[in-house]
Amino acid sequence: MPLTSPRIFNMYRFRYLLVAISVLIISGCANTNYHWGWYVVSPTTSQGQTNLKFLLSGLGYTISLSLISIAISILVGLAVALPGLTRSRFGRTFNRIYVETFRSIPPLVMILWAYYGLPVLLNLDIGVFAAGMLALALCDSAFEAEIFRAGIQSINRGQHEAADSIGLNYINKMRYIILPQAIRRILPPLGNQFVYMLKMSSLVSVIGLADLTRQANELVVTEYRPLEIYTVLVLEYLVLIVIASKLVRKLEHYMGADESLAR
Amino acid sequence: MISLQNVSKDFGTFRALNKVSLEIQHGERVVVCGPSGSGKSTMIRCINRLEAHDEGTIVVDGIELTDNVKDIAGIRRNIGMVFQQFNLFPHLTVLDNLTVAPLKARKMPKTKAIELAKHYLDLVHIPEQAEKYPGQLSGGQQQRVAIARSLCMEPKIMLFDEPTSALDPEMIKEVLDVMIELAEGGMTMIVVTHEMGFAKRAADTVVFMDQGQIVETADTETFFASPESERTKLFLSQILDH
Repeated sequence: MPLTSPRIFNMYRFRYLLVAISVLIISGCANTNYHWGWYVVSPTTSQGQTNLKFLLSGLGYTISLSLISIAISILVGLAVALPGLTRSRFGRTFNRIYVETFRSIPPLVMILWAYYGLPVLLNLDIGVFAAGMLALALCDSAFEAEIFRAGIQSINRGQHEAADSIGLNYINKMRYIILPQAIRRILPPLGNQFVYMLKMSSLVSVIGLADLTRQANELVVTEYRPLEIYTVLVLEYLVLIVIASKLVRKLEHYMGADESLAR
Repeated sequence: MISLQNVSKDFGTFRALNKVSLEIQHGERVVVCGPSGSGKSTMIRCINRLEAHDEGTIVVDGIELTDNVKDIAGIRRNIGMVFQQFNLFPHLTVLDNLTVAPLKARKMPKTKAIELAKHYLDLVHIPEQAEKYPGQLSGGQQQRVAIARSLCMEPKIMLFDEPTSALDPEMIKEVLDVMIELAEGGMTMIVVTHEMGFAKRAADTVVFMDQGQIVETADTETFFASPESERTKLFLSQILDH
């Protein structure tokens, strides 16, 4: 552990973020013909404060949508990956068809289809949040399935044989022997998918979910200061994702803490 | 106890086992030897169905091995297996390696499973390593943990697939000693090994295999004193002349 006190906000840990912000601001100011109107998002004026509050009000939807979608897609991904690893021809075919299908559909198309298509086809009006969640989760689940497959396949065949030979059934073998070892290898790409999910959630703004992107779009319409507002939007995602990455790293460290003991 | 009748197994176009027949009685200790690729490992892996045989019949403890999943689970509970590469679970402590099957497959209460695990750790002479992870142990210790892990299911039969081949020379003895103690305790054992000293000391029967077939089966004394087949004589002269 570093010698710095954990109570003090440690600027050094956010050095990449600071560099990124500096680059954005400097490159933005390089064009001298543009007259910046930072007042629209300035925390020192009451108008700026109101606008910032409005922009940040999308945070809840962005985070909750991403979290729920990734949780569903992990479960679905696992459920799709496991049949693909059995000897059953049916299971493997199901896995391939599912993965190829959902991997090919662009998330934006999926969102539009879920929101406008489901009510017509199934007479099922599920609302903006649920439609977005469903679309994001299904799109991402194909990738999760591949991540799980790779992670589980990377576990030595001897581990399966040992578990089989001591009489563990399939569920117990997966639950206690294979998945706990696979999860350590799976966590980094899983974290990557979560970051990707946070970004993809911005697409749900097109069907009207009041997430970070939607709020920015709406503010642009009333304030007509797109560059300043979108710059704030960029920073919002940047901060969110830096924090998410830190949390994922912490989780990796926690899960792999005894990695050194396990050869 | 174990009966193989004309068992064959193919890997693609390679015939790993070619009409192998073998009878093993309750309490019998059998050593299987032969050159690499002769089908020794494949044969014992077929006995607990880590490999599915293609032809012939295998009957273990009165149950025929087929695709019936319930039968296979039952048979595997009665057969312990020790691998060349130990195959311990690296993310679990030694104690957890030993208790996972009793807890999950035999539904044993936790205190009883731990008691059982400690008993078998004593038996393989490493009671003090219970809280360590496999990666912290030497090869010989790991293999003894693997033996104890199999014993925790209290099997009727133990299979050993070249248990000392991956070990440094000075660790081979500690593993063989445990196996000899097990043999003296009356366990039915099938051991694939090149350790002819172990065969002489512990085996009732020696089986010699070559090219997927059993060339010779004889009681230990006869096998080493007066082998019948020329192939066996050649093999023995090669491995014993060092």
